[in-house]
Amino acid sequence: MAAMARSWATKPHIGLWAIGFWLVLAALPLIGFVTESPSFEYYLFMGQSMLIYAIAVLGLNLLIGFNGQISLGHSAFFAVGAYAAAILMVHASVPYWLAIPLAGIVCFGAGFLFGFPALKLEGHYLALATFTLAIAVPQLLKHKSIAGWTGGVGGVLLDKPDPPAFLPLSVDQFLYYVCLIVAMALFWIVYNLLRGRSGRAMMAIRDHAMAAGTMGIDTALYKTMTFGVSAAITGMAGALSAITVAYVAPDSFTLQLSISFLVGLVVGGIASLPGCLIGGAFIVLVQNSSQSISDWMKDAFSLRYDVPAWAIYGTLLLLLMFFLPNGLAGGITAIRGLFSRATQKT
Amino acid sequence: MDKEATPLLSVRGVSVRFGGVVALDDVSFDVAPGQIAGLIGPNGAGKTTLFNCLSRLYQPSEGEILFEGTSVLATPRHRIPDIGIGRTFQNVALFDKLTVLENVMVGRHSRTGSSFLANALRLPSVVREQNAARDRAMELIEFMDLVPFTHWPAGGLPFPIRKRVELARALAAQPKLLLLDEPAAGLNHEEVGTLEAQIRRVRDVQGVTVLLVEHHMSLVMSVSDKVITVNFGRKIAEGTPDEVKRHPEVIRAYLGTAD
Repeated sequence: MAAMARSWATKPHIGLWAIGFWLVLAALPLIGFVTESPSFEYYLFMGQSMLIYAIAVLGLNLLIGFNGQISLGHSAFFAVGAYAAAILMVHASVPYWLAIPLAGIVCFGAGFLFGFPALKLEGHYLALATFTLAIAVPQLLKHKSIAGWTGGVGGVLLDKPDPPAFLPLSVDQFLYYVCLIVAMALFWIVYNLLRGRSGRAMMAIRDHAMAAGTMGIDTALYKTMTFGVSAAITGMAGALSAITVAYVAPDSFTLQLSISFLVGLVVGGIASLPGCLIGGAFIVLVQNSSQSISDWMKDAFSLRYDVPAWAIYGTLLLLLMFFLPNGLAGGITAIRGLFSRATQKT
Repeated sequence: MDKEATPLLSVRGVSVRFGGVVALDDVSFDVAPGQIAGLIGPNGAGKTTLFNCLSRLYQPSEGEILFEGTSVLATPRHRIPDIGIGRTFQNVALFDKLTVLENVMVGRHSRTGSSFLANALRLPSVVREQNAARDRAMELIEFMDLVPFTHWPAGGLPFPIRKRVELARALAAQPKLLLLDEPAAGLNHEEVGTLEAQIRRVRDVQGVTVLLVEHHMSLVMSVSDKVITVNFGRKIAEGTPDEVKRHPEVIRAYLGTAD
């Protein structure tokens, strides 16, 4: 028979593990005060990217993992969030801290509206409909009629915000903390949703939409709301990306970005919150390091040819899916289960 | 007006057609408050079709369904639990990845009202509502003898347990009328005995009126105050279990004609 499950409904508090983990994430940039390493700024930038991807995956996970709707179009919401933040900051002189939630609101509207046609579609059909978003939005952003705001093919350049004078932080340390605070706030919000009435309704729809309807859940409202909230979260990740990179360009938001989110989601763990952080780290580390692994293999085995980086990436994915079908978060849970059973025996 | 005379549920001339097939043909009957009513009939007689009209999964082509005087057919599907109608499904429709407790708590959805935003911010009112919903769910889990399974995912549980979870979930909405679609299907003799006691307790302790579709004749006949028989989409008999058992049309429908 099945094992006892972690029940969202019975979680009154945030666990010690989670608090400890976030504290470690908050302490990492402080290494900058003791290290002389010239690569540290680069590591900080990677940390920012991981957090941003983790937020994007969180948005997608709310939709796919907890509500059972698929989206191949979340790169579009990421793009809309990035552009909204960039345009607000450059053309309307909106401060960065206000531009992030405003970008979220814009994306909520976009996602909520897209949620209505999505109501009629399920599974493969919804995948195709959202796919069109992913391919259409980058082209639309380049369109001449809005080039005055979007900068057309050239995109928008913006200034990285300066840390406030009272904080002795470098720009990259500061931006890391901006990403971390937004991530913590959004993870907290999603965590609250999931352990409450709204989250139960979302998961009920995922597990049995018709029964959820007869329980009094307005399935149409909840599905569109979830689409909106999901788009808002991923859009705020886009806004953070615009701020940390200080540049938005239409071609950075291709279908491949959507697929990266999906890969991060599946590798991290579907319907797992820690999985979103793992997924965000995976996207940055593994995509970046496939090339390094390729170079290392060429050296180490004295190969005459390059090993294609994407083939390494693909092999890694295959192995992960084969050995950890529930994602890395699922694997960690399984190992913890084994460990606690072993300690119970002794 | 005499309370007994006012039916809780009144089905009036309901017909359902799927293309050219007539699934229900001008069916009328009443269920009084506090009654346990049985709806019987051979396979394909239209019993589940009628249930699906009551929970607004199907739209009848003709007729009216009144619940405490309000039109069920004018109520959207997700408002049906609000007006006091709950149901279970023939094949058990649980939320498999959620635990038993969470399943029953989803049943409280229509009796709670916290918004998306209030939930996102976990306002104190949300916490209070959540605790109350959990307490009520735990009472029902005890009522249905499900305590050992409280934190198990519903998907992995044996069929008879799943049926009890579904009943607890339906009761969580505090229905005035509970529709049970073949509650005895897939249960063994002993489990049917338990079920019968549970149906009686639902009526006597929770004060819920029950309308059940069932093939298990001895259960229907012993638990029901009133039995309605349908065949080929038409009502052929209505009355006390003894009356219905002796009704020539019912005997013909179940045993075939003598000649």
